[in-house]
Amino acid sequence: MDLALPRLSPDTEPLDERDRALVRAVQGGLPLVPRPYAAVAAAAGMSEAEVISRLRRLAERGVIRRLGVVVRHRELGYTANAMVVWDVPDDRVAKLGRCLAAYPFVTLCYRRPRRPPAWPYNLFCMIHGRSREGVLAQVDQLVRECGLDALPRAVLFSRRRFKQRGAWYGGDARDAG
Amino acid sequence: MSIATGNKTLGLSPLERRLLNDFQHGLPLVPRPYAAMARRLGVSETEVIATLRRLAERGAVSRVGPVFRPNRAGVSTLAAMAVAPEDLERIAAIVSGFAEVNHNYEREHEYNLWFVVTAPDAAALREVLARIEAATGHALLELPLLEDFHIDLGFELEWT
Repeated sequence: MDLALPRLSPDTEPLDERDRALVRAVQGGLPLVPRPYAAVAAAAGMSEAEVISRLRRLAERGVIRRLGVVVRHRELGYTANAMVVWDVPDDRVAKLGRCLAAYPFVTLCYRRPRRPPAWPYNLFCMIHGRSREGVLAQVDQLVRECGLDALPRAVLFSRRRFKQRGAWYGGDARDAG
Repeated sequence: MSIATGNKTLGLSPLERRLLNDFQHGLPLVPRPYAAMARRLGVSETEVIATLRRLAERGAVSRVGPVFRPNRAGVSTLAAMAVAPEDLERIAAIVSGFAEVNHNYEREHEYNLWFVVTAPDAAALREVLARIEAATGHALLELPLLEDFHIDLGFELEWT
């Protein structure tokens, strides 16, 4: 099953208690053992079959965006990581956001609120590349091809990484590594 | 995407590269998912598990598991702080010390500390943001996601 199909109308129905217990049991990742869902089942207080069917349902509902190997870019040579931000008129942000998100090197693309005067930018994307020059060339390509040249922007390369792990949704606070 | 720099295979075997690239989504929802992957790869289940363990130990794999859509399984926000450079390491350590903080990076900007905070619900998120401000003595910019334009298919790794 491909869990990455776009969902036209993601549901907003709240997760039930058993889903929440399952989320807490899998948030640090599945164990690398022959029957990982059975191991999760023991932690979540349900059967292996229920773990599998609930994970499938969460994926179908779009609560789980993908299920698989989560890589660390930096350890794989993608050492140039830039958050690129634009101040885009509100009536153009959806169109420009979709334009940016279509590029394979854009790994995230979000609209967020401005916080003037400190922070004037409302469109955020992330680019992971192997060199600073390469990432800057990709930014130029985005500006040119999406028609962003007249809009204020900033490129925030990352320096030190202080922490990277999966999100924590409550419960046992063990570090996911 | 194609940027030529140095040795991009990083000493990874063909099996390691396929595990990193081909299984970022679609992990089989069957009792023995690593055995199902092994059949596709033409290797043994033991070999898949041992290789994933090795990749996790060297840090190339963060985990194998679900990636949740933001603000669905919990509530999260991006946050930023402007910290004096000589104080950054200390403040960053305080921020990283919160279990609710999952990513925490230094970036090149006056706002130089960027992190993601996730909590089970909106009230818990507000509370932890207030605790972070109190513990660091720094105000933060709260920049929650309003609209997601990206379809997450994982990340295509380029080896050559």
